[in-house]
Amino acid sequence: MNTSSPRRSALLSKAGVAAMLGLATLYTLLPLTWLLLSSTKSREDLFGTNGFAPGDEIHLTENLHHLFTADDGVYLRWVVNTVAYAGVGALLAAVFSVAAGYAFDKLAFPGKERLFSLVLLGVMVPGTALAIPLYLLAAEAGLVNSFWGVFLPGLVFPFGVYLARVFSASYVPDEVLEAARMDGAGETRAFCRIAFPMLVPGFVTIFLFQFTQIWNSFFLPLVMLSDQDLYPVNLGLYVWYSSALSQGHPEDYLLAVVGSLVSVVPLIVLFLMLQRFWKSGMTAGAVK
Amino acid sequence: MASPSTRGQRRTAALLLSPFLGLFAAVTLAPLLYAAWLSLFTTRTSGLGFGGTESVFAGWDNYVRALSDPAFRDGFLVVAAYCAVYIPVMIGGALLLALLLDTGLAKARSFFQLALFLPHAVPGLIAALIWVYLYTPGLSPVVDLLDSTGIDVDFLSADNAVLSAANIAVWEWTGYNMVIFYAALQAVPRETLDAAKVDGAGAIRTALSVKVPMIRPAIALAVLFTVIGSIQLFTEPKVIYNASSAIGSTFTPNMYVQTAAFQNNDFGLAAAASLLIALFAAALSFAVTRFSRRGSAS
Repeated sequence: MNTSSPRRSALLSKAGVAAMLGLATLYTLLPLTWLLLSSTKSREDLFGTNGFAPGDEIHLTENLHHLFTADDGVYLRWVVNTVAYAGVGALLAAVFSVAAGYAFDKLAFPGKERLFSLVLLGVMVPGTALAIPLYLLAAEAGLVNSFWGVFLPGLVFPFGVYLARVFSASYVPDEVLEAARMDGAGETRAFCRIAFPMLVPGFVTIFLFQFTQIWNSFFLPLVMLSDQDLYPVNLGLYVWYSSALSQGHPEDYLLAVVGSLVSVVPLIVLFLMLQRFWKSGMTAGAVK
Repeated sequence: MASPSTRGQRRTAALLLSPFLGLFAAVTLAPLLYAAWLSLFTTRTSGLGFGGTESVFAGWDNYVRALSDPAFRDGFLVVAAYCAVYIPVMIGGALLLALLLDTGLAKARSFFQLALFLPHAVPGLIAALIWVYLYTPGLSPVVDLLDSTGIDVDFLSADNAVLSAANIAVWEWTGYNMVIFYAALQAVPRETLDAAKVDGAGAIRTALSVKVPMIRPAIALAVLFTVIGSIQLFTEPKVIYNASSAIGSTFTPNMYVQTAAFQNNDFGLAAAASLLIALFAAALSFAVTRFSRRGSAS
């Protein structure tokens, strides 16, 4: 026993733990540092100076100006689109998920568990495997290259329904509902007035999950959209990046870098602000 | 006597479920069924392939074609190789970091949690753009640094593309899963840990024999979602594909599907391949769930 203790104390000392955590942090932060530094550089410095060192001069404002005026200000349009796809989409998806999850948890109706296994099947089918089938169906419905072709799929979040059922089981006590029923409140009223307010933390969590998922999605918009004005930010940046490589436009490379920074910053701020919620949601999903 | 309330519950359940189920039917079930239907046909194209084409019933032909196409099968091998590297490194790393945070020796815990989680707030596409820059010789400070120490690696070569893609995913997901594992670890009852200490178990022994088994459900779920995510592998290799001549347009199953549909206009084949991917994902996640249940029951 004693023989192992010196070795253990070397690794498992305060300094050892701090060193290991510090190393991991360096790995996560260095690429972001690169993004931040590169966004402040001129095109010459971007290719001419070390990526982890600042450039000769700070060109951030020029780069931002360039970003928002390039291609007649199409970047701002992409940002607005993304907010619509991800913000509005995730909001509706969260409402639908919470309503469905609550119904699965608290209400009695025939075929409940069979329907719920259908939802679980939806959790298991990967989103990108659905992209081509969705495209083919949208082609039939005339929704290819339209707002709806990307927006509607974002409204469905089977994992959110699963999470909402878990949340409902732990946040909404059956006794409270019994009391409401005794007082003569209808079922719908009991959900809207009593259960939903109790489920708000779960609602925010589900919103955040679906929001990042839609904000992240790339395959679906890539196959669905051809009109630049309908692009979300991700797809737009990809197009800039691709043209920088294939047509040798180094200007576009800088645009993709600055555009990346501008679209990442609000996400990071959102995550910092809503820490409490994403943490609780991730744990609820994991621990059951 | 219970019937009015039962009726009320049924009516409300219908009301609350219909938006989700309606949309679920429209954007999940209907596309799957439509793809299943289309996958049974092949289009005989004349000329450009727009309109006026003839659709011929093909039976299982598209499935046979996909499964017997080495390019499609290789895609699954790529995903398997990717999983073999990515899952142990990412899950192991997340677990190690969570255990380190949980030792009581760690300072500034919330800082480390946030710093390690931060990459997850970066969309996959942007993460891939950043890393591809860091992989590109002549631009990358990392490659320069390695060069100056005499190490010569080409991150974008065919052999390394899988590792390079796995690294991007490790960067994005380790902190995310670390937060989950850390939260699960904090739910481990203190009495259990005290009992282990009384029995003479050291920190490492406690971690391996007490803590890790107790958060097994969280680990199993993380593995499940990682597997489902890995089968969808598309964004990272797609971005690497642009920068590297080493990897082809059918590198992963999803890239194969996209190429079949939009380069070759072979929608029957694309539909069949999509369904095979979905089926494979569902079967795998079923197996992982089954396996982890059996494990925790014993």
